[in-house]
Amino acid sequence: MTKGLQSIAFKESPYLVSSASVAGKKEGEGPLGKMFDMVEKEDLFGENTWEEAESTMQKEACLLAMGKAHVEAKDVRYLFGGDLLRQGVATSMGVSELNIPLFGLFGACSTSGEALALASMSVAAGYGEYMLAVTSSHFGSAEKEFRFPLGYANQRPLSAQWTVTGSGAFLVGTKRSHVRITGVTVGKIVDYGLKDSQNMGACMAPAACDTIIRNLEDFGRKAEDYNRIITGDLGYVGQSILFDLMRGKGYDIKKNHMDCGMTIFDQMTQDTHAGGSGCGCAATTLSAYILPKVERGEWKRVLFVPTGALMSTVSYNEGASVPGIAHGIVLEHC
Amino acid sequence: MDYINAFWIGGVICALVQILLDRTKLMPGRVMVLLVCSGAVLGALHIYQPFQDFAGAGASVPLTGFGNLLWKGVKEAVDKEGFIGIFMGGFKASAVGICAALVFSYLASLMFDPKMKK
Amino acid sequence: MDKERQQQAYENYVKKKTPVHNLPANMGKAFIAGGVICTVGQAVLNICEKLGLDKDVSGGWTSMILVVASVLLTGFNIYPRIAKWGGAGTLVPITGFANSVAAPAIEYKKEGQVMGIGCKIFTIAGPVILYGIFTSWVLGFGYWLLKVSGIIA
Repeated sequence: MTKGLQSIAFKESPYLVSSASVAGKKEGEGPLGKMFDMVEKEDLFGENTWEEAESTMQKEACLLAMGKAHVEAKDVRYLFGGDLLRQGVATSMGVSELNIPLFGLFGACSTSGEALALASMSVAAGYGEYMLAVTSSHFGSAEKEFRFPLGYANQRPLSAQWTVTGSGAFLVGTKRSHVRITGVTVGKIVDYGLKDSQNMGACMAPAACDTIIRNLEDFGRKAEDYNRIITGDLGYVGQSILFDLMRGKGYDIKKNHMDCGMTIFDQMTQDTHAGGSGCGCAATTLSAYILPKVERGEWKRVLFVPTGALMSTVSYNEGASVPGIAHGIVLEHC
Repeated sequence: MDYINAFWIGGVICALVQILLDRTKLMPGRVMVLLVCSGAVLGALHIYQPFQDFAGAGASVPLTGFGNLLWKGVKEAVDKEGFIGIFMGGFKASAVGICAALVFSYLASLMFDPKMKK
Repeated sequence: MDKERQQQAYENYVKKKTPVHNLPANMGKAFIAGGVICTVGQAVLNICEKLGLDKDVSGGWTSMILVVASVLLTGFNIYPRIAKWGGAGTLVPITGFANSVAAPAIEYKKEGQVMGIGCKIFTIAGPVILYGIFTSWVLGFGYWLLKVSGIIA
């Protein structure tokens, strides 16, 4: 079962039974707009605060994902979930109604990978028939916590990314479907010492490089063995840096690389500078865009590598660098 | 004539600060602090007031003008009251700006809700 | 030592790879935005002087009116849009200061009157007041010393 230094190859691969994506207005106006299961034009989602809105997104995503598989909350053994906010409140408040035993996670924007890895490991180990993996982000709550209140009048640098308002939920289990999670590569923290919180792509690219190479070496694969190698939110700047870093280590992934942050928004018309970011970015893109292609067999095998920047406002103010982490999930058509 | 001076001098100050925003890692908060402190120092060096007499609002509206205002307040208070004036003058001179910002921002919070950026 | 050199090398590399705004274009926009705001201020000053108000009082009215305008534009979500275009032209004038007080007030009211607005209203503008007052205090202290020691009349 363990493969190489950091990976697991499942003997009995769990199935990605169903998934759902919930997104906000700007995301709905983007290239993937029609593919999301639910798009809400009111970014408060009928709630009072951005935080409550984000919680509602998570709950809706979970309900939709379970509904698609005709599974009820009581059938789900464990829920693995996380978000960007302090003490993970969006998740706690969001999923509490579902009454599913919860593992609260923090992986910044790599949370979807972390949650999927743990959910599939739990199913493969026989700890339950169904597991839910969910994550979310919201532009309002994230800006408020990490940058400035929304009304603040500032100019964003070209390397800045736009936090996606969205949530993705994934039901992993033993019930047959057309997508299997055949392996995971758990990433470690990679820190190249960068201190620029307005250039997340550059902070996370080294971690993505590390995990992708580790996955290829652990599984004895070449880059071409994957139809796509998909990073979460490196954005335009981060992608360029990733290509250079990979080339430096002897790998060329230019032909089959894709980035969720670059896919979810139209850079030309939506003014999102370096692209989308946030836990919801990779999660919604995976559910709405990537999984359908794997389900249809258009892509037979993909490596999903969401990346996270492990910083807090306190650590940043105290002069610490912004380290990155990335988790690899191998998804195969069956 | 004074409109023209106000326009181009205020504009030039902003254009120069734009260099700081675009070419350094300075965040807006730090830039605002730099402007206020520079204004105060230039005021104390007898440079800012003559500049303001010529430029009018082009020098008084930018935050450097706010710094100069703080210095002027402290200087006048020290002239009038001596040592204790050092503590009286700053807030006294800046009272209108700070009070207005606080009061109207609070009232705004009663009337407005935060809105998503486009 | 080696790690530091690696990190410095990466930082230099990232700087080269990261696109930056077109500086001359941004400077031009900042020039116009800042110029317009200052011209509005000049108009208020002129009206006050015509009404016979003294210089300090005129300055007070100008500050007050610009602050109100900025707070209203912030509430209606217009000032941030101007800033996106005008950059420093909206940050440098006192309207930028007012926006930095109004924005947190509006955003944090959901956390309550005392803990939300009360505690966080100065989240962005606090340093301006602290360091502005402190700098003027230091300069004032120096001025007082010079006076008391007879170096200045």
